Amino acid sequence: MMDFLANSGRRYLNTLGSLGRASVFLAQLLSALPSLLLRFSLVIKQLFSSGVMTLSIILISGLFVGMVLALQGYNALVRFGAEDTLGSFVAVVLVRELGPVVTALLFAGRAGSAMTAEIGLMKATEQLSGLEMMAVDPFKRVFAPRFLAGFFALPALAAMFSAIAILGGHLVGVEVLGVDAGAYWSQMQASVDFWEDVVSGLIKAVVFGFVVCWIAIFQGADCVPTSEGVSSATTRTVVYSSLMVLGLDFLLTAIMFNV
Amino acid sequence: MNSRTTEILVGLFMLLFLGAMTILALKVSNLTSLSGVQGYQVRANFDNVGGLRVRAPVSAGGVKVGQVSHIEYDSETFEAKVTLTIDEKFNQFPTDTSASIYTAGLLGEQYIGLEPGADDEVLEQDSEIGLTQSALVLERLIGQVLLNK
Repeated sequence: MMDFLANSGRRYLNTLGSLGRASVFLAQLLSALPSLLLRFSLVIKQLFSSGVMTLSIILISGLFVGMVLALQGYNALVRFGAEDTLGSFVAVVLVRELGPVVTALLFAGRAGSAMTAEIGLMKATEQLSGLEMMAVDPFKRVFAPRFLAGFFALPALAAMFSAIAILGGHLVGVEVLGVDAGAYWSQMQASVDFWEDVVSGLIKAVVFGFVVCWIAIFQGADCVPTSEGVSSATTRTVVYSSLMVLGLDFLLTAIMFNV
Repeated sequence: MNSRTTEILVGLFMLLFLGAMTILALKVSNLTSLSGVQGYQVRANFDNVGGLRVRAPVSAGGVKVGQVSHIEYDSETFEAKVTLTIDEKFNQFPTDTSASIYTAGLLGEQYIGLEPGADDEVLEQDSEIGLTQSALVLERLIGQVLLNK
């Protein structure tokens, strides 16, 4: 009984401790951002590994998500004779919800886990300490470029995801199922507002990018410097960021669309 | 991979982002025609606007000529005050034009239809449409039918 209490107490304290460390880490990370203006090439390099390398998986899954949406939406709408509204259904769902959320989940799995593993391995092999020995701030050299790059890359990927998915929906809805192409686009344009829908979706993606990169980099920097520690940190990155993305999505939707 | 290739690919990535945003702005949300309604404002009072909402289309002869820009309740006349923004291109509506609230299809969105009159003077900024017809509220209609039986 006492053991149980002690265990849960220890867990609670550990959680609080890591939350505190994560906040301090974020403050340090943000204060290291301005120094990136001097070495922007570091950010470009990270944009390549977190943005360009994630592109293929985003585009392919976007295409398929759009095609599935069109197929399912068509089957539901055709019962009411409302298959002409397929375009607005596909576009609103993608731009508001699925675009940012699925992109963030894929990004956490593809780029976030890689960030954690890379930084964790740097820590385990004492490269981070080595940098500090040479008076190079790992925040400025290692963490901040990754953070900024991920922060840029996620909204960009989300926009591409939505765009390609809408084209995928067009492919299935118009070319295969025979919805009128004019109705597909005009219904979409009538119901999607640029500021209210597209920009809110982008804001969501920006928030997700912030959170996913923060979690990924913090987990890497905070991991136990063993091979086991790195692997569990990588797992935690994917689990925590997925949970945070889904939770925050609910919050943001409640704030943005249901005032 | 050398850094030049990396930079080129990142540049392409950014271009792709811009392309996606352009598609979302122009093809998906029709940014140009929705937010950029430039025109003159005309007021109309309705007894009941039903489910009319801001940004609902204003059409004449079935062609969209503007949109509803503002709806508020006037506590002096006990009517709904609706402000319509009509495209500058269509500045030839006579002052005795009438405005009615219609429903697109059986359950569709409500919009305002303008029917031009025959007056020589035309509607200008801040002029008021006198002839209005309220929205058809289905519940009220059913109520009337039941009571008249």
